[in-house]
Amino acid sequence: MDMREAVNRFVRDGDTVVIEGFTHLICFAAAHEIIRQQRRDLTLARLTPDLIYDQLIAAGCAKKLIFSWAGNPGVGSLHGMRRAVESAQPGPLELEEYSHFGLVARLSAGAAKLPFWPLRDYRGSDLPLANPLIRTIECPYTGEQLATVPALNPDVAIVHAQRADSSGTAQIWGLYGVQKEAAFAASRVIVVVEEIVPEAVIRADPNRTIIPGFIVDAVVCEPWGAHPSYAQGYYDRDNDFYVAWDAISRDAKGLEAWLNEWVYGVGSRAEYIDKLGEDVVARLSAKPRVCEGVNYGF
Amino acid sequence: MAVRAARELSDGDVVFVGIGLPNLACNLARATHAPNLVLVYESGAVGAVPERLPVSIGDPALVTDSLGVASMADVFQFYLQGGRIDVGFLGGAQVDRYANINSTVIGPYAKPKVRLPGSGGACEIAVHAKRVIVVAPLSARSFPAEVDFYTSPGHAGKYGTRRELGLPGGGPLRIVTDVGILRPSPQDGELELAAVYPGIDPQEVVEKVGWPLRICAALEPVPAPTAEELHLLRDVLDPQHLYL
Repeated sequence: MDMREAVNRFVRDGDTVVIEGFTHLICFAAAHEIIRQQRRDLTLARLTPDLIYDQLIAAGCAKKLIFSWAGNPGVGSLHGMRRAVESAQPGPLELEEYSHFGLVARLSAGAAKLPFWPLRDYRGSDLPLANPLIRTIECPYTGEQLATVPALNPDVAIVHAQRADSSGTAQIWGLYGVQKEAAFAASRVIVVVEEIVPEAVIRADPNRTIIPGFIVDAVVCEPWGAHPSYAQGYYDRDNDFYVAWDAISRDAKGLEAWLNEWVYGVGSRAEYIDKLGEDVVARLSAKPRVCEGVNYGF
Repeated sequence: MAVRAARELSDGDVVFVGIGLPNLACNLARATHAPNLVLVYESGAVGAVPERLPVSIGDPALVTDSLGVASMADVFQFYLQGGRIDVGFLGGAQVDRYANINSTVIGPYAKPKVRLPGSGGACEIAVHAKRVIVVAPLSARSFPAEVDFYTSPGHAGKYGTRRELGLPGGGPLRIVTDVGILRPSPQDGELELAAVYPGIDPQEVVEKVGWPLRICAALEPVPAPTAEELHLLRDVLDPQHLYL
């Protein structure tokens, strides 16, 4: 399936959408297609909204953000998100805030189909005041007061991975983030990969599989689909772009011009990568560091 | 500050590393007195030995040659909540009298003057790490008597003391600033001045914080950064001056 069809069929106005990936494997290709198809009133959940949700928010796709750390890592603020929060541009944005552990726990509960997840956290913190969904429960065994967060079960999770077979059985190496939890918590799952490989390749190394194809609704092959994020073994993070985003996004007009050129102005990820140019692709392409493999014999 | 923070680490410590200066400090410590430091990043890299200075806490260089990669659920539940982390690093826009830290908002939460990034993993690091090192430049604005928002718990405050709250970790035990080091008093957890750097007048530090800062009877000696430490920082670890 191509990205246009996957977004068209599985992402709907008003959905709760999780596009995860912690620094690694953030699927910008999917976000750009959501922007092009002008989805509206989305509730966007992610630990770190990052540039990907800054762009979705600035494009007017979001009504609410669920998050735990909102910044441009090592650079500064997310200006698109701040404009939405501080001056309702292009529309108001409701915030629901956790710590990383809290949001990870929400997805763990969602994946396990439990109503909540207990954690030893938040005592001495104002976070439960800021977010009344952070509550407490008395442990039935010890009497200890534990914090709880409610399950997060998104309508759709979009998970980027290095490779999958045609059924969507997906393998990830490098940083996992919460890709597995997001996929198992969601009602609909779109897997986006750098490469579709024969099932035999997956079966030759089963310990690397994190998502089984039978929970996946759509598999999209989208090389360089995570840029300016990265895919270990394929391409590096485009740190220069993360730095440049600060100036691009500082005022609404600049950000809009960027969206016009790089999102609305291209029809697909392949066009975006063409536009990015050979020099950037060459600069970011991963050098080989191949592991030896193991004996699965018996 | 990177040198002072690095010296707070002991060889063999398991350190939960944050981005920015702590990242640099940990890699400096590993290159000098603490070669067996185990770097754990909240992104999941365990025993990282980054070949280049990581630009983010999710840098791919943290994975290459690491001891292992954990899911973030494992990082927070098993490593941090499980009590396996010796040292956590925190920064923040505000640090108060009892080392509560604010990285959420300046002003009221509903109508903030400045919206900051938020907790990330800071709250749980403050709750669980056996000891926390805070790195923050000292100024009246950033060291008020009480934080505007309690993101990460210190030693005492409106919710009570760490003991009353039953927090498992040791909390912020060293506050490394650009002029000296603060530490909590063993009696009541209030931060007091433990050391000043060469050429700094303790009185000057007292004037910069938002509460009547007590000065320890015997200030700790703080040797100046060595030529080797400076060389490693400037020429080897951060040649592009990403953090310095």
